[in-house]
Amino acid sequence: MYLAANGRPDAPPRPPGAGRRVPAAVLALGAVSLVTDISSEMVTAVLPLYLVLGLGLTPLQFGFLDGMFNGATALVRLLGGRLADRRGHHKRVAGAGYLLSALSRLGLLLAGGATGGIAAALAADRLGKGIRTAPRDALISLSGPPESLGRSFGVHRAMDTTGALLGPLAAFAVLWATADAYDAVFAVSFCTGLLGVLLLVVYVPAAPGPTPGPAAAPPAGPRPPRRPVLRDPAFRRVLCAAALLGATTIGDAFLYLLLLRGLDLPPALFTLLPLGAAAVYLLLAVPAGRLADRAADPSGRRTGRRTAFLLGHCALLGAYALLLAPVSPPTVVGVLVLLGVFYAATDGVLMALAAPALPAAGRAGGLAVLQTGQALARLLGAAGFGAAWTLWGQRPALWAAALALAGALAAASRILPAAPPTAAPEAP
Amino acid sequence: MNPPSRRLRLALVVTAVLLLAGGSLGYVLHARHRERPPGQQADASFDVSEPGLYFRDTTGGRIARQGGPGLPRVTGGPSCDRFHTAGDHALCLRKLPGVPARTEALVLDRHMREVRRVTVPGIPNRARVSPSGQVLSWTTFTTGDSYNTAAFSTRTAILDLRTGYLIKSIEQIPLTLGGARHHDSDVNYWGVTFAADDNRFYATVSTRGATHLVEGDLRAWSAKALRENAECPSLSPDGTRVAFKKKVSDDPRAPWRLYVLDLATMREHPLAEPHSVDDQAAWLDDTALAYALPGEDGRASDIWSTRADGTGEPALLVPGGSSPARVG
Repeated sequence: MYLAANGRPDAPPRPPGAGRRVPAAVLALGAVSLVTDISSEMVTAVLPLYLVLGLGLTPLQFGFLDGMFNGATALVRLLGGRLADRRGHHKRVAGAGYLLSALSRLGLLLAGGATGGIAAALAADRLGKGIRTAPRDALISLSGPPESLGRSFGVHRAMDTTGALLGPLAAFAVLWATADAYDAVFAVSFCTGLLGVLLLVVYVPAAPGPTPGPAAAPPAGPRPPRRPVLRDPAFRRVLCAAALLGATTIGDAFLYLLLLRGLDLPPALFTLLPLGAAAVYLLLAVPAGRLADRAADPSGRRTGRRTAFLLGHCALLGAYALLLAPVSPPTVVGVLVLLGVFYAATDGVLMALAAPALPAAGRAGGLAVLQTGQALARLLGAAGFGAAWTLWGQRPALWAAALALAGALAAASRILPAAPPTAAPEAP
Repeated sequence: MNPPSRRLRLALVVTAVLLLAGGSLGYVLHARHRERPPGQQADASFDVSEPGLYFRDTTGGRIARQGGPGLPRVTGGPSCDRFHTAGDHALCLRKLPGVPARTEALVLDRHMREVRRVTVPGIPNRARVSPSGQVLSWTTFTTGDSYNTAAFSTRTAILDLRTGYLIKSIEQIPLTLGGARHHDSDVNYWGVTFAADDNRFYATVSTRGATHLVEGDLRAWSAKALRENAECPSLSPDGTRVAFKKKVSDDPRAPWRLYVLDLATMREHPLAEPHSVDDQAAWLDDTALAYALPGEDGRASDIWSTRADGTGEPALLVPGGSSPARVG
């Protein structure tokens, strides 16, 4: 439906300040993400099979190849953020990232069975993904009035997730139609990726949003001197809270595994469980974003995003609690719904929460720092939980995780600024 | 934002969509009609009652027989990814197309007639038939069993044709490790080999980062670990020795060497093969073994043989083959 809204060529130009509609740039970016996610999830879904079955890599080698690039993404993200902030080239940097990922499919196609070529293609894909994320989120945040950022991110994440759900289906269809021709999956993924780049080039405005809304326009005139985002106290508090909560997030795979083990479900379901959570996320991303934008406390201060972010983590805590109780079939539904709520209320909302605290000129870099911080904290959390599981067994480890998350929630509710942070005065 | 530019952009996008969709469709159709070996059944003339070395021919993926030195290769078996035969039956593992990966285990009699067909999750990995042909086992790689999503785990099944009873995963077998009952969620079994009594078997179990050789008892439904660091066992025809691959290096490109373990003395010795072997070796007779190695000159794999006592030099047995099984 968003694609349709985006594609109406004869729509009248939007009057200034039309707050009820999602900015066209956000819809365009959502469409780009949707198409790109179809492309990338197609490859993600078949790559392990291709490497191990098609090329005869041992699982050990595959794990090595896969793990090698995951760490690097975080650093590249920071680089992408910085590049975008310098002279405001958000669209160009994001576009380069999308293009690099699309071209990496061509690399997979041409590499044949050469492990070196495959490693290079995977590296290019991760590089592209790392580069584009922060500039894209900065573009979204700069494309609309700050009051509706939650909804903007909600719409974008919903479209993004739609692509992620469609990708494996598309890959499955191609494999089915060609009797396991993996190269056909790469070829289709390449074409889809190119379409994503083209949509970005054609429909996403180059300058961050011609937002005529009164609140969002960055001040005209000479660019103020950049100041490190980390020096901003409001942003620092958001970052601390996100990292703290991230470190007590044990990772979806563990939750799914606990479900499978608790019910002795067939392992084939392991691939289906994430789809359930993603579907809930997809349904709730927009409403959660809207609620987060709207809610205000009695004094009239708009604290909805903060509340939504904290409540989202409460949902995660609820999922832990469900798993601590005896596991029964309804538990599966409960955990998947809570996990979907968690993502809907935190993923885009965190960006909407933090973006206004960042000056427009440092936004991509700031969001990159935030995303990297959260990702590293989550990595730490997952590793810690894995270690606890190995040392103490699954129940004590889950208890520990639940207690840690409850503690982190209490701390975060104190750390997070009560009023929505606004960009600090741009001149010191 | 004036109308012509909007229309132009729309035209551009529509053109691109048509071109890219056309390209995708074209590639898919091309891949669909490309020459690929279909999952073939065995020709009427092919059976596994003749003496000789049976193996998977890597060009085409069908099972073939090499009668002896100088004799022509007889082709025309079913297409399989893994194959083994002994006694009255043959076992053929095939990967079914599609995601998630599934494997079809096809049990055939000596005239290649289908006896039983079982579909299990995962990618074909090991196949073994007991000397009498009455008990069969296969292993597949499955994804997603582990909390590390990139890791693979294995699933080993045992099928008893005498009773028709199928154990889809032997993971629940009571296991004794180091003299104590072992309970952990991370146990993985693979590479079963059967003794002549159709009851005793050997296999690999991996748990807590180590692999062990286990001896199992089908009737008593129990297993105990014999020693560490022994994978993919293969019991000699006389039942006295086990050939296995031993991890000798942390280098992921060449981790294993072939060893033979004497079950009476529990002493092991390396074989003459200097390369890393990632295969469940097959005994040709009581003195020699066959196994697959990555092929030379662009072949997917070759079958080599070497003496079981560790002497001599490895010899190339079948260029372009894998899954060796000796009959007669």
